[in-house]
Amino acid sequence: MTAAPVHSDHRSPAEAEELHAGRTGRAVGAGAFRPGQLLESLPTALRKLDPRHQVRNPVMFVVWVGSVVVTVSAIVDPSVFAWLIAVWLWFTVVFANLAEAVAEGRGRAQADALRATRTDTVAVREDGTTIAATELRVDDRVVVEAGQTIPGDGEIVEGIATVDESAITGESAPVVRESGGDFSSVTGGTTVLSDRVVVRITAKPGDSFVDRMIALVEGAQRQKTPNEIALTILLSALTIVFLLAVVTLQPMAGYSGQQQSLVVLVALLVCLIPTTIGALLSAIGIAGMDRLVQRNVLATSGRAVEAAGDVSTLLLDKTGTITYGNRRATALHPLPGVDAADLAAAARLASLADTTPEGRSIVTLCAEQHGLPAGASAHEATAEFVPFSATTRMSGVDLDGRELRKGATAAVIAWLGDDTDRARLEAISTGIAERGGTPLVVASHVRDLSSYSSEDHARNRALGVVELSDVVKPGIAERFAELRAMGIKTVMITGDNPVTARAIAAESGVDDVLAEATPEDKLALIRREQAGGRLVAMTGDGTNDAPALAQADVGVAMNSGTSAAKEAGNMVDLDSDPTKLIGVVEVGKQMLITRGALTTFSLANDLAKYFAILPAMFLAIFPQLAALNVMRLATPESAILSAVVFNALVIVALIPLALRGVRFRPSSSDRLLRRNLLVYGLGGVVVPFVGIFVIDLLVRLIPGIG
Amino acid sequence: MAGLLQVLVLLVLLAAVWRPLGDWMARVYTDERDWRVERVLYRLVRVDPRSEQRASTYAVAILVFSFAGVVLLYLLQRLQSFLPFAFERGAVEPGVAFNTAISFVTNTNWQSYVPETTMGHTVQMAGLTVQNFVSAAVGMAVAVALIRGFVRSRTDRLGNAWVDIVRGCTRVLLPIAAVAAVVLVATGVVMSLRSGVDVLGVDGRPSTIALAPAASQESIKELGTNGGGIFNANSAHPFENPTPVSNLFEIFLLLVIPVALTRTFGRMVGSVRQGVSLLAVMAGLWGAMLAVIWVAEARSASFAGANLEGKEVRFGIPGSALFADSTTGTSTGAVNSLHDSFSAFGGGGALLNMLFSEMTPGGVGTGLYSILIVAIIAVFLAGLMVGRTPEYLGKRLGRREVTCAVVVVLTMPALVLLGTGLAIALPSTAGRPGMPGALTNAGPHGLSEVLYAYASAANNNGSAFGGLTVTSGFFQTTLGIAMLLGRFLPIVAVLALAGLLARQPRTEPGPGTLSTGTPLFAVLVAGTVVLVAAITFLPALALSPLAEGLA
Repeated sequence: MTAAPVHSDHRSPAEAEELHAGRTGRAVGAGAFRPGQLLESLPTALRKLDPRHQVRNPVMFVVWVGSVVVTVSAIVDPSVFAWLIAVWLWFTVVFANLAEAVAEGRGRAQADALRATRTDTVAVREDGTTIAATELRVDDRVVVEAGQTIPGDGEIVEGIATVDESAITGESAPVVRESGGDFSSVTGGTTVLSDRVVVRITAKPGDSFVDRMIALVEGAQRQKTPNEIALTILLSALTIVFLLAVVTLQPMAGYSGQQQSLVVLVALLVCLIPTTIGALLSAIGIAGMDRLVQRNVLATSGRAVEAAGDVSTLLLDKTGTITYGNRRATALHPLPGVDAADLAAAARLASLADTTPEGRSIVTLCAEQHGLPAGASAHEATAEFVPFSATTRMSGVDLDGRELRKGATAAVIAWLGDDTDRARLEAISTGIAERGGTPLVVASHVRDLSSYSSEDHARNRALGVVELSDVVKPGIAERFAELRAMGIKTVMITGDNPVTARAIAAESGVDDVLAEATPEDKLALIRREQAGGRLVAMTGDGTNDAPALAQADVGVAMNSGTSAAKEAGNMVDLDSDPTKLIGVVEVGKQMLITRGALTTFSLANDLAKYFAILPAMFLAIFPQLAALNVMRLATPESAILSAVVFNALVIVALIPLALRGVRFRPSSSDRLLRRNLLVYGLGGVVVPFVGIFVIDLLVRLIPGIG
Repeated sequence: MAGLLQVLVLLVLLAAVWRPLGDWMARVYTDERDWRVERVLYRLVRVDPRSEQRASTYAVAILVFSFAGVVLLYLLQRLQSFLPFAFERGAVEPGVAFNTAISFVTNTNWQSYVPETTMGHTVQMAGLTVQNFVSAAVGMAVAVALIRGFVRSRTDRLGNAWVDIVRGCTRVLLPIAAVAAVVLVATGVVMSLRSGVDVLGVDGRPSTIALAPAASQESIKELGTNGGGIFNANSAHPFENPTPVSNLFEIFLLLVIPVALTRTFGRMVGSVRQGVSLLAVMAGLWGAMLAVIWVAEARSASFAGANLEGKEVRFGIPGSALFADSTTGTSTGAVNSLHDSFSAFGGGGALLNMLFSEMTPGGVGTGLYSILIVAIIAVFLAGLMVGRTPEYLGKRLGRREVTCAVVVVLTMPALVLLGTGLAIALPSTAGRPGMPGALTNAGPHGLSEVLYAYASAANNNGSAFGGLTVTSGFFQTTLGIAMLLGRFLPIVAVLALAGLLARQPRTEPGPGTLSTGTPLFAVLVAGTVVLVAAITFLPALALSPLAEGLA
């Protein structure tokens, strides 16, 4: 299925990140947020004060304009209060820039590590001429020999080689790449360890896999995702409402007896507009992409990450995702009249020289259940190995005139001829198949009867059946139950017959099965799900997966797959681990939840700010409004300044949360909603009351304020 | 105690008709067949009742129909001297005629004229009453088109605006209004074509008491959440609203369709629970504001422990509070007491009810689509918090859907804030020493009066706080603009939204999607209504009812 080693166990996302960081030495982006990152990003944050940058974010642009206005009015009519407000308004803008800069900085650290893999390679053309890797064009053919670095993304058109892809995937075990078939794709920056291949370049310079990855994690190519745009529209609308509310407040205040100063009006406006979410919105998007990269998944767009959160149907390949990929012997079924020990001995002998995982598992089973030695004795080693072939569909050994074979039921029956207990063999085999296993009949055929006098050894004889089972990964059933709670339906895709497939489905707890699946079946299934309005995610690696990958809303191509598959999908998993699809969905959801939670928090904050600022503004006209000053803030100046300071500081305080994403535990939407409403809605109402009160205790000590 | 009993009777009556009326309206708007009288109408105006319209065509139909209504109503008033039953009241002033035409077509029914001396019976019956019916039918049609947007999938057709307007009249408004008029006559409401009766007053001087065909107009005035009285004193006039029984019945009439429409909505989208959760939001906020007004009026001790200034003694505090809460919560604008004389918090409650954007339970049709828009905003925020692109009733809320919803939500606050800000900035509003302004009250109460006027116009409520003279060109114009934009900008945005929704495939909701028929969701929507109103209007309210009430 995959050329890269299949990860045989299921890891939690955190473990996977840790493992990956360890393997690549690229721990920079991962791990906790360090306060030092704020300082490192400060120069970038200051550069972002450029209005041309600010205008892209309507909410923060209003703050920027407000800062300019207040600064001017502080110069014209200086006071401690005006200057402090001006300074803190600028801090608000800088803090917002800081959030974005830190997120980008974390991405850039990853990008630098990637860039290091893109050393100045010199490519050798087929005719022997050399050319810089950066000069390569699509369809150039280059020769790469052992020890050389592959100069660009491409496809092997000639030869076979082992390739070290650790620079990209972090996986130290080399993989085999060969021309033709599904394992022909190579990535620039990886190293050929043995042999010689001719590679046809498939990516333009600057547009290779690594280049795209660098651009994405640096945020250079970041475009706003659909949800982000919709949210920006809502936030802009709110900003307009607040702008109107503040602008029209001035004539009302004038009518009531006292016009407000420009500084106070701007302070009110900045506190009301959703600056918290406005400041953190782009950081959340960048960080979401970053979290995917940390899991070694490269998305071609933020849109794809967002779509992952919306997925309601997951198509999962059975092999490698749900089961361990290789079948293992789990039981021996001797025919009536055959001693179990005899069957074990024959099965072991027939498998000793068989190096396939199935063969080795039979030897292991015999060792565990019957105490037979796992290694071959000197005598046994002289046996002649008969390898499996597609025509005989059997394998085994010849030893001392005795032929031992194991193979598919029908093949062995045909080999034995008529004098065998055919009905009984088939009954056992069907039973195994119904349980989701694969039957392997063990039989012996004695060529030279003279060496055996015992009647036990008839000339042709079936001894029994070895049951090979697909072993379902532990914990996968719980995983599927979680997905179900999240409203995600899992569909197992397998080439197995329906009987076997259903048995594995029942054991793993998957919701649905597509058995004997052809690429057309997959495509049809995806279209059917989409017609019902559901978004579909799948993994794939072969060229024949490409149409389905392209049709799926989230198509994760395995890095080990063909370039056709990688082009068709909208994500590439560098570890080629299909299990990660589930993690990808979680990253998408987490990103959306973080946005929603911080928006709610931001809006809920306004209540406390009103209670701070409104009485402060109008105390002179209506002393009775002091009743609204529930925080008992010292003076009007200290109240307004405290609200502005809180508004700025809360951005910094929430940067780690924006980067990390809010805690996400798979559960039903109702429980998620209740929890997040409680934490970010109610929390958003309460926290600023406390925060502004505490800040006021300090601010009132400033001369001219308190 | 008697007050609580009135509330109880009202709730029981509403609960009793909620189901049959809601189901009936669902059938009306999904029926494949036409009534004979409807077929005659369609043939007359050459409409194929089976043809369906795109969102844009539907919107154009609504706009053209309303514009034609404005023109006709204007002409009818201007030509009054040629009409029967004019009683020499003559042609209506152009400014008043224009304002009144807009006011009645937009279902606002703001009245800047004295009916008894301005409008004859023909203008009342053939002009104003007709608009009372059709403007209500337009509101229902728009609401139904939005519901169809949710229900339908992969189509660009929203139904036929002409059919929806006609059916709203023939099958819902006319039958109920006819029965209600008879009930009103039974309670003592006047129904006469005479201009008035001459009486000898207790002081021995003769005077004329105006009469009018009140019952027929009164029933549709409440049923269609219109609110334009045939007498100047509106529902405080004993000929319009003679007894506590007629009072309660009128309150019932103005609540019944907006309330029952939640059932219609639930039936049409295939889940009654969806409608119930919206009804819970409406009922909760209506109840809360009733409590505010009631307590404020009962506690403000100007007379014997209660504030009875500007209230009819036959209704008392409960009957007045119930009416005030319901009329401002439904965009009706009829009044049975003088809101200007309410205490600061009592009047503030009525004001806030309108600033909730008229959805508790809102006008006929408009209430439903307004609350659906808020629900969409709530779903958008909360939907993100469950980790999915937000979906409401199986439709995804993307960039364009949110834009439409935002336009609807933005319109009213923009009109109210800009109008109030502009009006209060004018020196002629507050006046100067020696030159009286439009305001009779100074200070916070004066600001309340201006704020109330624009809130009433932009929300198409039509109730007047009083105390503000709005006959100047400035007020006639800006209030007219507020009424027009407040009515038609949201309608166009709602229909555009309906078109976008109808084009989408409908997804079956699953455990991963936000469930919207739940108490939690109702709390969320109610919270959004309050939060949006609070963060938009708190500064203005702090300077008006809050400053007045806390003094």
